[in-house]
Amino acid sequence: MPDKYRTKKAYRPQMEIKDSGERTNSSGIRLKDYYSPGDFKGDYASDLANPGEYPYTRGIHKDMYRGKLWTMRMFSGFGTPEDTNGRLKLLLSHGETGLSVAFDMPTLYGLDANSERAHGEVGKCGVNVSSLKDMEIILKGIPLDKVSTSMTINAPANILTAMYAVVGEKGGVSKRELAGTVQADILKEYIAQKEWIYPPEAHMRIIRDMMVYCTNNMPKWNYISISGYHIREAGASAVQELAFTLADGFEYVKMGVQNGLDVDSFAPRLSFFFNSSINFFEEIAKFRAARRIWAREMRETYGAKNERSMKLRFHTQTSGYSLTWQQPLNNIVRTSIEAMAAVLGGTQSLHTNSYDEAWALPSEQAVEVALRTQQILAYETGIPDVIDPLGGSYYIESLTDKMEEEAYKYFKTINGMGGVVSAIKNGYLQREIAATAYAHQRRVESGEMKIVGVNAFTKENEQPINVLKIDLNAERVQRKRLDEVKLRRSNSRVQKSLERLREVYSNDDNSMETIIEAVKCYATLEEITNVGREVFGGWKEPTII
Amino acid sequence: MERTDDYMKRRIRILVAKPALDGHDRGVLVLAKAFRDAGMEVLYAGLLPTPENVARIAVDEDVDVVALSLHNSAHLSAFPEVKKWLKKLGASDIQVVGGGIIPPADRAKLEKQGITGNFGPGTPLELVIEHVRKVAKKKWEMDQ
Repeated sequence: MPDKYRTKKAYRPQMEIKDSGERTNSSGIRLKDYYSPGDFKGDYASDLANPGEYPYTRGIHKDMYRGKLWTMRMFSGFGTPEDTNGRLKLLLSHGETGLSVAFDMPTLYGLDANSERAHGEVGKCGVNVSSLKDMEIILKGIPLDKVSTSMTINAPANILTAMYAVVGEKGGVSKRELAGTVQADILKEYIAQKEWIYPPEAHMRIIRDMMVYCTNNMPKWNYISISGYHIREAGASAVQELAFTLADGFEYVKMGVQNGLDVDSFAPRLSFFFNSSINFFEEIAKFRAARRIWAREMRETYGAKNERSMKLRFHTQTSGYSLTWQQPLNNIVRTSIEAMAAVLGGTQSLHTNSYDEAWALPSEQAVEVALRTQQILAYETGIPDVIDPLGGSYYIESLTDKMEEEAYKYFKTINGMGGVVSAIKNGYLQREIAATAYAHQRRVESGEMKIVGVNAFTKENEQPINVLKIDLNAERVQRKRLDEVKLRRSNSRVQKSLERLREVYSNDDNSMETIIEAVKCYATLEEITNVGREVFGGWKEPTII
Repeated sequence: MERTDDYMKRRIRILVAKPALDGHDRGVLVLAKAFRDAGMEVLYAGLLPTPENVARIAVDEDVDVVALSLHNSAHLSAFPEVKKWLKKLGASDIQVVGGGIIPPADRAKLEKQGITGNFGPGTPLELVIEHVRKVAKKKWEMDQ
């Protein structure tokens, strides 16, 4: 279809841009023509060490992918719980080894399918979960004792964790056996993705409850996945992603320690989630720097003694932002390069984006290509055969050191403001990201930064591709189901459980058991989040622009 | 008011907003800065306003253009809802421009309901700015 808004004349012809000869990466680090022995000033034993040895710069395991490949975890979820259940089973049949569920916007904001604000959004960006009933359908026929499930849910993560636990229990899998992850990283919500319900302090307290409860009762449950992904997508540079994410991580560690937990009792369950964008070497250096910083801080600053507390485990997703609407098949190439950076950076699990995601939610065909990309990397390329093959490269080591150095500058600034929550409340972190995003866009506009198909090597006529059609019935189906759930349950039991939750929230007691009780009697997501809305209030972002 | 061409020279007042459950604000913040750098007076509705909120702010602040951005697939319901509220509030002259992750097939549907632009990813800022200037002029002519 010809597209009148995307003619190439709007961008300056690329030949007009003079090459200054200078090269910088996304973090503004100026790159040399080449790197030589003098550029690596570190000491092998203390700054790099062998894989599996402190400070884990080269990887957290001695055998890395020789022992076990990364987990190929494809994020999916759309429409009704039945649709998502079907997609999850399809992915398992394709050889995927871990599940990952995406939720729709109403669920992410703690609203039911029949909420006025949910209109037009039910099942659009993920699956809708309004009550335990929906979770039962999503997980139907999936062996919860064998697969691990990652749920991309933040503000209401406590409620979804409770639902998962109840579904497991009903199917005969105890809480102690359930393996999985909820994202639950609320700090990055205020910083970047902006899906919150309550003020920061209230959400932090809910994470504290999960932290304490899961440490004691759900030992295989990762109750938080500290995420740089969204920070990067919102516009941050690689260094900003690194610094802000680790700063968030340290904030959670401080909270655990302040609440009487021994750092080694909970830190091994903390995991991370990073972005892998298109600047290949910069990404690899970022992952390596992240491991080294985390290990050192955990040991030196937070007194961890257990090695597992010092080992930064992470999931990676290729960059959605790097995908272009134009010439969408080129996105397969971008995603391959980004996935390769993640593997060379030592990721524990990986999601590869589909080529059609600048158009819509991915189609089955596009998802399959994305998964095959990982399988080709794993089984054909030989890349996983040798651990940290770029370790010792003058360039990679110099860049790793530089990323670390720059991250510490940000830690200093954030600490100077009184920590991450203060730096959110005064808008500093949000403004830093918005400034980088704008500067990036300016470089694209000027042609200084070239994006194939967008401002260079463009085509006049883009051919449309087949995209996934979301069943518009999802909203109707979900509303009807919710009505049925409300008819069948014991409303007095629901009311009693919500009353109890109100007390627990008001008294600052641990809320997890009470939430599990409420979920069990089919109190809805919104009914449960409404108790918090009444007790804690809402949140309005400070002025960013 | 005496009719001169001066009205064509005034500064464009534009409200940028995400009228749904959508926190993906990279695009909207970049646009806000770009509109400001292009000499417009920019207002930002903040996160999570309803379409009604957006229309009310637009009317109260007497803007020329409302620029809507969504990345959550709610554009087909949320954009026309803003338009509907503007009409209800007697401000049909306020121009509504859309953008975001909008499948090409949806553009015609939005255009038909009076939402123009409907720019997708990778659109040069210059084109968006040019479009906003064009529709703002259209509004000023209507107001004369």
